[in-house]
Amino acid sequence: MTANGWVQILFYCVVLFAVTKPMGIYMLKVFDGSYRWLGFLERPIYRICGIDEKEDQHWTSYAVGMLLFSAVTMLVTYVALRLQGTLPLNPQHFPGVVDRQSFETAASFATNTNWQSYSGESTMSYLSQMSQLAMHNFASAAVGIAIAIAVIRGISRRSAGRIGNFWVDTIRCTLYILIPFSFVLALLFVQQGAIQNFSPYLTVPTLEGAKQTIAMGPVASQEAIKQLGTNGGGFFNANSAHPFENPTPWSNFLQMIAIFVIPAGLTYTLGRMVKHQRHGWAVWAAMFILFFAGTTTAYWAEARGNPIHAAEGLDVKASSLQSGGNMEGKEVRFGIANSALFAVITTDASCGAVNAMHDSFTAIGGMVPLVNMQLGEVVFGGVGAGMYGMLLMVVLTVFIAGLMVGRTPEYLGKKIQSREIRMVMLAVLASPLVILGLTAIASVLPAGLKGLNNSGPHGFSEILYAYSSAFANNGSAFAGLTGGSYFYNTTLGIATLIGRFAVIVPALALAGFLSERKVVAESVGTFPVATPLFVGLLISVILIVGALTFFPALALGPIVEHFLTSARVLF
Amino acid sequence: MIRNQLRPAILLTFVFIVVTGLIYPGVVTGIARLVFPNQAGGSLVTANGQVIGSRLIGQQFTQPWYFHPRPSAAGSGYDATASGGTNKGPTDRKLADTLIAGAIAQAESSGVPKGRIPTDMATASASGLDPHISPANALFQVARVAAARGADSSQIRELTLHYVEGRQFGFLGEPRVNVLALNLALDNAFPRPASARK
Repeated sequence: MTANGWVQILFYCVVLFAVTKPMGIYMLKVFDGSYRWLGFLERPIYRICGIDEKEDQHWTSYAVGMLLFSAVTMLVTYVALRLQGTLPLNPQHFPGVVDRQSFETAASFATNTNWQSYSGESTMSYLSQMSQLAMHNFASAAVGIAIAIAVIRGISRRSAGRIGNFWVDTIRCTLYILIPFSFVLALLFVQQGAIQNFSPYLTVPTLEGAKQTIAMGPVASQEAIKQLGTNGGGFFNANSAHPFENPTPWSNFLQMIAIFVIPAGLTYTLGRMVKHQRHGWAVWAAMFILFFAGTTTAYWAEARGNPIHAAEGLDVKASSLQSGGNMEGKEVRFGIANSALFAVITTDASCGAVNAMHDSFTAIGGMVPLVNMQLGEVVFGGVGAGMYGMLLMVVLTVFIAGLMVGRTPEYLGKKIQSREIRMVMLAVLASPLVILGLTAIASVLPAGLKGLNNSGPHGFSEILYAYSSAFANNGSAFAGLTGGSYFYNTTLGIATLIGRFAVIVPALALAGFLSERKVVAESVGTFPVATPLFVGLLISVILIVGALTFFPALALGPIVEHFLTSARVLF
Repeated sequence: MIRNQLRPAILLTFVFIVVTGLIYPGVVTGIARLVFPNQAGGSLVTANGQVIGSRLIGQQFTQPWYFHPRPSAAGSGYDATASGGTNKGPTDRKLADTLIAGAIAQAESSGVPKGRIPTDMATASASGLDPHISPANALFQVARVAAARGADSSQIRELTLHYVEGRQFGFLGEPRVNVLALNLALDNAFPRPASARK
């Protein structure tokens, strides 16, 4: 680890802190309807779609709207990908995408996962990239943020189950937050060197006289929403490691901030909406501590490098002339610190963009992203998804704290009783069931083992990572795994759908139930939700729920691999 | 509840396709072309009036009189239509015994002392298209390049140092050398050996 590496990490932390409040206030004003500077666009959209913006929906109606919209966008994308060969803006004449891959891609993008079993530059036409994949980047992000706002409304209101209007929330989010910010980001990326064109691929004679064909495309516009909406689906196979997606350290920094700006801002929005600003900051603090711990661990592991390669003669020591450490699968311009930091951010959030190949991280360095996803991506988390996931954990924490002191637990004046906790447990238990269940199946079936690129414990980690990533709607991968088969396309596609909707629906139900509760006055027995004690307890609950569930699987994968690396055992 | 929300679900999908899927990237493209035409088109590099590549996309160099880039797992090496890394893990035998050991052996044969081989010299990048190498990597190649060109190695070293890009704004990222840019400058300043001229 170097001083300069820490300066970069701390600079990131300071900027993240600084953008939290302004972003939080802006989002608050957008969702309560007091910023309407694009009203001339907003109102016609309501008219075209037949939306009554005054309607306050019951949580069940809100959920149905969300499910229908997700289903329709997914279906349209499936059809569009199948028909790709007959559609325009396809200078490389790519044929239609095969059925299994179209299903998985549609499911994956509709759920904000963006797991990719294809290489963008050899599969997707420009039209598919823009009108389907990037469209989902906007839509699924807007849906996630809308859900988070609706859940916060349920907590803060007394409204007999009514939590806002799904259509209005989704449209406002897209119009006022996602499009303008993406627009500015995209131009900043182009300025740094990201490409933005519709040219066919360019074949050139290289300086040494060979031929090189260079993939082109409208990259920067997609890159911006890919990060801002914590989607993570790269235009190219190498994702944000590709110099045309992420050309410089500055573009890399902007991408990392873009991933966290909305999730961090939402903690402030939470504080304002529930009229308890310090609670919002307490949630921010719990997230930040987990983020910083992950970053420190990953940076340490990657800077230390791989002892096996060091023994063969590599100089893994950092100096002013090289970044040292484990550079397999990393880019020189980013070095160790930025690669480790990016890996932690992208998996704390449900982004899944990568600027280095996680599959080639050291055992511990690769375990950090894996654990981040298994904790449910509540450390800032995906846009919206992190917030409602975290609120489930907060309710669980308050409940456990209540049990410990023998009082009826209450959260912000609302009693937490069995039906609320049932919803929390539904969401919490779906994750081990799907991740561990499917990992177990894939680890014994020939169809699952056939996709591996590594053997030994690392091969097991590849499978575990894939299902953790799919369920958590992350989309990053231990990318050696060949996901393009009927077995993986189908099981991963299903895992993304369960991971999205088996959490959203209980979260909306929880919000609806809480909105029906009357507010009881705070008393000396009320568990305070803005103290260091609360922060500590919240972190413990998140770690215990995640660690107890996944520790045995982690022991078979990265943990044993770490010891084998020290013993220099190869597979 | 389902029927009356089906209409907004379908119509809003098409609004999204038009607004975020076509208008947004279209407008960004238009403005990018106008304001940053060079970057939007791929930061292309020309030599003798011919486009020979992109400043941002690494190229394969194998001749001794050129600086060599990092090992690449993109296609058969620096294939800019097949970006990607090896995705080999820390305990992978092929990575340790074949890829890295092979690169180390090659580095040693050109005079880099064992144990001092810069990590980026023997490891593949994430994109397989990394246009850069570390300054340490470049400096270890100076002697070979100088010998192959019959040039004075201190002059080559000076040129190499001139092409070291510092951290952005003084603290972001890592110091690096753009291989294509440096090799172009080499060709201009020091003629290639006669055997290599076309």
